[in-house]
Amino acid sequence: MGIKWDEFFVTGDPLIFASQIGIALTMVGALAGITYFKKWNYLWTEWFTTVDHKKIGIMYILLGVVMFLRGGIDGLMMKGQTAVPENDFLNAQHYNEVFTTHGVIMILFVAMPLLIGLMNFVIPLQIGARDVAFPQLNALSFWLTVSGAALFNISFIIGGSPDAGWTSYFPLAGKEFSPGIGNNFYAVALQIAGAGTLMTGINFVVTVLKMRTKGMTLMKMPMFTWTSFITSIIIVASFPIFTVALALMTFDRTFGTHFFTISGGGMDMLWANLFWLWGHPEVYIVVLPAFGMLSDIISTFARKTLYGYKSMVISIVMISVLSMLVWVHHFFTMGNSAGVNSFFSITTMAIAIPTGVKVFNWLFTMRKGRIKFTTAMLWALAFVPNFVIGGVTGVMLAMAAADYQYHNTLFLVAHFHYVLIPGVVFPIFAGLYFWWPKMFGYMLNEKIGKWHFWLFVVGFNVTFMPMFFLGLDGAVRRAYTYSAETGFGPLMMISAVGSVILAAGFAALVYNIYWSARNADRNIGNDPWDARTLEWATATPVQHYNFASLPEVTKLDAFWHMKKTDELQPLTEDEIEEIHLPSNTWIPIYMGVVFGISGFLLVFEWTIAAGIAALGIFAGLAFRSFDYDEGFHVHKDEIFETESKWRKGANKGVKNHVS
Amino acid sequence: MKKSKLFLVSLTSIMAMLLLSGCENNMVVFNPEGPIARQILELINFSIALMLLVTVVVFGLFGFIVWKYRERKENMDYEPPEEHGSTVLEIIWTVIPILIIVALTIPTVKTIYAIDEVPKGYENEEPLVINVTSADWKWIFSYPEQGIETVNYVNIPEDRPIDFRLTSAGTMQSFWIPALAGQKYTMAKAETQLYLVADNPGSYVGKNTNFNGQGYAGMEFEVLSQTQKEFEQWIKDVKETAPKMTLEEYEKMLEPSHLGRKTFSNTHLEWVDHSDPHSKNYTNPEMYDRGHGWPGKIFEDKDNYKNKDGNTEHSNHENNEDMNHKESETEDSHGGDHSGH
Repeated sequence: MGIKWDEFFVTGDPLIFASQIGIALTMVGALAGITYFKKWNYLWTEWFTTVDHKKIGIMYILLGVVMFLRGGIDGLMMKGQTAVPENDFLNAQHYNEVFTTHGVIMILFVAMPLLIGLMNFVIPLQIGARDVAFPQLNALSFWLTVSGAALFNISFIIGGSPDAGWTSYFPLAGKEFSPGIGNNFYAVALQIAGAGTLMTGINFVVTVLKMRTKGMTLMKMPMFTWTSFITSIIIVASFPIFTVALALMTFDRTFGTHFFTISGGGMDMLWANLFWLWGHPEVYIVVLPAFGMLSDIISTFARKTLYGYKSMVISIVMISVLSMLVWVHHFFTMGNSAGVNSFFSITTMAIAIPTGVKVFNWLFTMRKGRIKFTTAMLWALAFVPNFVIGGVTGVMLAMAAADYQYHNTLFLVAHFHYVLIPGVVFPIFAGLYFWWPKMFGYMLNEKIGKWHFWLFVVGFNVTFMPMFFLGLDGAVRRAYTYSAETGFGPLMMISAVGSVILAAGFAALVYNIYWSARNADRNIGNDPWDARTLEWATATPVQHYNFASLPEVTKLDAFWHMKKTDELQPLTEDEIEEIHLPSNTWIPIYMGVVFGISGFLLVFEWTIAAGIAALGIFAGLAFRSFDYDEGFHVHKDEIFETESKWRKGANKGVKNHVS
Repeated sequence: MKKSKLFLVSLTSIMAMLLLSGCENNMVVFNPEGPIARQILELINFSIALMLLVTVVVFGLFGFIVWKYRERKENMDYEPPEEHGSTVLEIIWTVIPILIIVALTIPTVKTIYAIDEVPKGYENEEPLVINVTSADWKWIFSYPEQGIETVNYVNIPEDRPIDFRLTSAGTMQSFWIPALAGQKYTMAKAETQLYLVADNPGSYVGKNTNFNGQGYAGMEFEVLSQTQKEFEQWIKDVKETAPKMTLEEYEKMLEPSHLGRKTFSNTHLEWVDHSDPHSKNYTNPEMYDRGHGWPGKIFEDKDNYKNKDGNTEHSNHENNEDMNHKESETEDSHGGDHSGH
């Protein structure tokens, strides 16, 4: 069936109508603004066509922050709806769409872009490389993620959002019970974004294996590089499963096959298995890089090298192996035999062992240290107690028999927010405060940062702590309302108040970004935190070619030792060689657009048109294969000039900005 | 700095207070009314105790280290030592979690096996079989032995094991009576199974915990535990006074809707057992329009009861139906085959 142009937009809901107007005005405003300030050319040449890992990283982060806003508003709407019993702010259908998109967006379009953005920016610098292994593929990954995110987001104004939960369990998500096109958006948008992520995974596996600078053996890599490397391997192992699951879902929904339906011999359990075979490792995909950031940040601000480096590495490898062996704990109550449930209980609980090792190593990294309470460090510190609560409740959930009472309740919801917010969001915030000076050449304001920190952490606990108790009192998740007799009202209200505090915390971050961009001191030197790893050996912000000459590493915490032994020699002219870099290209953004268009047509089941649009994808691939652009060389003089400028002035007149 | 310490202390104490008060307050999981829920609660309490211990130790260590080694004016010149780790310490904090996990695993596995069976002390009693069929958005309870059926409420005799045979007519749901037992999913063309016993007469809330669309929030039912005598009297009353359900009425009932309580003096197992992998579908895709004006392509469903063509298929179904019919007369012949996955 084709598109009915007269019913193009979702109508009938004042909330959606208001946001449609809001989106239209914002878009017109943005386009007019860019045109007025004549920024089109700048955006196109400097950003849209870039293959520089640093700029791609920054664009990923921007995408993540914008999506955080969207996912956060979804969350606030849910909390507003359930604040009092029998509320009618949202109806059941609207609520179902809101919690579905909240889940998908927060995991796939907030956590992933923010982490991949930081990985993109930091990893090549930390391993002393000039770029990732495949710069153009990296840009393609980014634009596919944007394409998927855009497609997923327009669902709520055109056609209706997916409403079967972020897990999209069949048969509910199939045509028999969801005949609308909302769930097509889920299948197609995630497929496109997932392809981007899979390529990022491959890219980073190769980057870390092949692009390390001289002397940097695997066991001398900073912890963030290690965790990102392991994460990339998990991505390569698990995302193809999701790709297959989503493809089968698309076949079921668009072409009438019966993989997961209840008719025609379909098996709904197959979806649950495939989904969680990807979905559980996905949890570790987002949490492991975050662990790595914490390791680097804690050791920087405690002024000590990471405690038990080797056991940290062993732990993350263990976690990555176990992550693929625990997926059945998501359906302990699906009638598995006692033997199966016992097996998956044990594998799940076993994850607590390496995680426990990591927590103690972090604590002992700080022991005998000199802990500096910067905003970045506060986030890293807040991680420990909050994540421990998430961890111990995770062990409780892992006990299959006990899970019979927690499953699908708000206890579970509280648990995974206690894992994902302290375990992913706190470290991301820590990472943003920590690496912001490297990215932009100025720091985020520490004072506003502390407001951000306290509001967010307090708000987070007030929001999610009551949910543990609600769950134990029998409150189920995803219910848009409940009766007054249940007695859930007061705790639900506390939780809703918490979410407002949480939102205020996020607003403080947005304000901080705005304030700091305008007012922050630009004279901060290249190493404002007295840090330990190689990315701080570059200029601030980083020169586009990263390193004038590639550093040589002899020890863990390479930069720290260079500083201690004064090995940071000023560059002499004869050391400098020309640097080869890849040229900008329009192909990745073009591919993103074509994928978006054919995806959109596929969502509306206009398969022939989608097929024709998809020819554009092959055209792009063909064009790329005949593209003989070899890149360009940065001239010696330019390098010498840039390097002598920042090295001379680097730490002159720099005052301490954080005490 | 002071703030962070204060915050942690208050957070910890609030946590502990809430958790401790949890044991005496009226949270349903902490007030089991039957042996299965009680066994699960024992496991939960054990895990809470151990986990509190872990939490207290980590929080304590964390607070101590962060406080003691903070940067102060006096220690600005202090340069921390080069320290790479300690094999002994690292082994210690690997072994301790292993011991804790083992301590948790043993009772967990025991309980998993225990709640899969008729609870201890009731082994010799014949369990009362009740077939549960979930549909959008109602619960249908069939008593094959008594030949009656109820919708959205289920009466059970106290102190007698109940053997719930769970299936679904459509979407996946989860059957949960928190005061009596943990939950199990209900799935179309499959059967899961749940035992429970109620200690005392009383009324308990049962609900669906697995999201299944617009009517999900209202999918609750009442479990009324009665004395044996009351229960028998109730069965007798139902058989005498309740109307018989027709196939037509049943098909209507499976459409997506909320229904109040209903009672019948026959069961739908006469014509369909949804747990049979070859049973017909009673799906109504056209009734699930979400109101966005974008119904996608709806495919013809071969197994659907509405589909009148495809004769060979159809006759197959009829055969199956006959088989089902026989099966439901001789109770125990099925269930084992399809239960679990």
